[in-house]
Amino acid sequence: MKSIITRRGLLKGTAAGAGVAALGSVAPTHFIKNAWAEEFRNDPTNKSAITLGFNVPQSGPYADEGADELRAYKLAVKHLNGEGDGGMLNTMKPLSLKGNGILGKKVEYVTGDTQTKSDAARASAKRMMEKDGVSMVTGGSSSGVAVAVQALCQEMGVIFMAGLTHSNDTTGKDKRRYGFRHFFNSYMSGAALGPVLKDEYGTERRAYHLTADYNWGYTTEESVKNTTEALGWETVAAVRTPVGAGDFSQYITPVLNSGADVLILNHYGKDMVNSLTQAVSFGLRDKQVNGKNFEIIVPLFSRLMAQGAGDNIKGILGTTNWNWSLQDAGSQAFVKSFGQEYGFPPSQAAHTCYVQTLLYANACEMAGTFNPVEVIKTLEGFNFDGMGNGPTEYRAADHQCFKDVLVVRGNENPSSQFDLLQVVQQVPRSQVEYDPSIFGGELGPYKA
Amino acid sequence: MDAIFLQILNGLDKGGAYALIALGLTLIFGTLGVVNFAHGAVFMLGAFCAVTLNKILTLSQRIRDESVTFFEAYKEVPYLEVWFGETGSTLIEYSVPISILVAIPVMLLVGLAMERGLFRFFYNRTHAEQILVSFGLAIVIQEIVKAFYGANPIPQAPPEIFAGSANIGAMLGMSEAIVYPWWRLVYLVFAGIVIAAVFCFLQFTTFGMVVRAGMMDRETVGLLGINIERRFTIVFGLAAVVSGLAGVMYTPILPPDYHMGMDFLVLSFVVVVVGGMGSLGGAVAAGFLLGVLQSFAAMAEIKAIIPGIDQIIIYLVAVVILLVRPRGLMGRKGVMET
Repeated sequence: MKSIITRRGLLKGTAAGAGVAALGSVAPTHFIKNAWAEEFRNDPTNKSAITLGFNVPQSGPYADEGADELRAYKLAVKHLNGEGDGGMLNTMKPLSLKGNGILGKKVEYVTGDTQTKSDAARASAKRMMEKDGVSMVTGGSSSGVAVAVQALCQEMGVIFMAGLTHSNDTTGKDKRRYGFRHFFNSYMSGAALGPVLKDEYGTERRAYHLTADYNWGYTTEESVKNTTEALGWETVAAVRTPVGAGDFSQYITPVLNSGADVLILNHYGKDMVNSLTQAVSFGLRDKQVNGKNFEIIVPLFSRLMAQGAGDNIKGILGTTNWNWSLQDAGSQAFVKSFGQEYGFPPSQAAHTCYVQTLLYANACEMAGTFNPVEVIKTLEGFNFDGMGNGPTEYRAADHQCFKDVLVVRGNENPSSQFDLLQVVQQVPRSQVEYDPSIFGGELGPYKA
Repeated sequence: MDAIFLQILNGLDKGGAYALIALGLTLIFGTLGVVNFAHGAVFMLGAFCAVTLNKILTLSQRIRDESVTFFEAYKEVPYLEVWFGETGSTLIEYSVPISILVAIPVMLLVGLAMERGLFRFFYNRTHAEQILVSFGLAIVIQEIVKAFYGANPIPQAPPEIFAGSANIGAMLGMSEAIVYPWWRLVYLVFAGIVIAAVFCFLQFTTFGMVVRAGMMDRETVGLLGINIERRFTIVFGLAAVVSGLAGVMYTPILPPDYHMGMDFLVLSFVVVVVGGMGSLGGAVAAGFLLGVLQSFAAMAEIKAIIPGIDQIIIYLVAVVILLVRPRGLMGRKGVMET
């Protein structure tokens, strides 16, 4: 077909175009909700769905924990999209989510494998942000990974809702404006353990630390040491052990003749399982030193990991972010949804990932936009409840959630295969709070 | 003094595991000339023989915990205990030692299947290709185990009689502070017995004599009308059994997981290199030597002088050996030498 442009037609078209442009420039923006210009990465405003990036360990030593995180994320997506029983959407307060996705957009997701390696995790997160167009990245089971991915997200201008990361550095010296952590940290573990240790083991103890030789190990050792020394305990030695050492016998035998009566294992995951199993096999728990029973403490517990240590975990004190046996309405709603979906209870990693997804979605809904700057401002200082652990605050100064912390003990007489940890005390939030300036670091700018 | 004694025990114990794995590795290299990176996975498969048998023996009657309503939580009572009482409990308690009986035929079959199904096609290929294919096989085996058993370690308890620690100090008239886990002592003795059995088998049987002759001069043995290939295939199976048994007995020391083979593989290779590729005596000697060195390097007094030495000592020794005596401590002249 031949197209003929006439002088009259051209004039008409130009006039109509100019009219529309003029109307647009004078029309009030409240007629066009979410009228943000495309000024941030992966703006889903003009799409029918928003994509979230679930970056979890799908291979490597924390693959089981990663699988549980992924289950929780899928459940969160289901609930956000109005499917299932709604889980914590029934208990979360204040709640802006309506069960119709986020800001009316269906929630979709892509997954990545962190392999619990910082470089692999960064590569996976980068692919999600550049290729898959995700509006938020979340997940992980290691502080090294969290710190690395968080820094990348800051550069890319995409919000990172951390998964399981316990090092003080994540929201301390390495904190970032675009990074948020719901999980507790080493300082809070130490602060929560203190009074319980005093009640159970007294104030005259000699402690020996075995510490995983990386970021998380150092901050945990420091935090627990500060707490125990404040109680009056003496630190006999703090020995660094290589990550993945397997056989810890050469590090445990010196404990026997050290004069210590408490062994603190600043290990997580497989290292914790191995060092604890071997410490028990060396008879430490049957030992009497300085007229006292020898005790072992594991500052960070995980139910999934406790399974690996078998009977050796019985009676051992530690802390955990959350446990499925909590009876508050939020925890129960989540355990019910998760349990009915998968046939077993969620881990603490699953819980924190589920909550993080809902918190991000809720903040978008409250802000009325996906613009990360507005979402960050909404999350900063956000107070909420009904998601386990009681009233919680996302502290604006460091993006760390403050809530009750659980001191737990390996269950001596479990009633089921999942009943491995017994909650000794739910330590109130006020007891684990600290001045954000003690760890240094800068959040950085809102504009990436 | 007590600390030194304990570290020697630790080193010997660790060395026992290194020696058993390295023995299989060097046996395969000495006979077939194959560099088998899947040997660590064989060690792990041995450990999972123990896990599997334990799972079978502890098949349980489930008593539902009625207080939990959102999913099925239950207490497990093994059928063996329900049906046979005390006898059933004892069977479960001894699942690790019993696993040895299961692991011998299973690991022999695994070894034969690996050799016949894969490695024989790579005899005339370069070592680089052998490393690649065996490494690939190790990853496949790992992932299969992970798919069935998950990534978390699975604890295995030793029999109650070996559960605690032995007061060796009191036994030897030394300090009371010298205690050592019974099961580690059992492991040390077990490693010694298996090593002795392999040496006796190769030294005092006709089969062993032929294998040794084949290791020296494969062609001549073949010209004498002896089917050396078949014997080497059996040696591959034997190496798998040795490594598998090491894995079975190690389970109460290190709760097994799918990755445990990889953790030991690199160290065992270093042991083989230090001992001398293809040298059985060298592998055993280097295994114990490096185990003891590694333990001493972890002592606080040593680490205070050279921080981080515990993590590099084995590789440091390997570098020195490769520079000074490339064929290893007891290796044949010409092997790994230009």
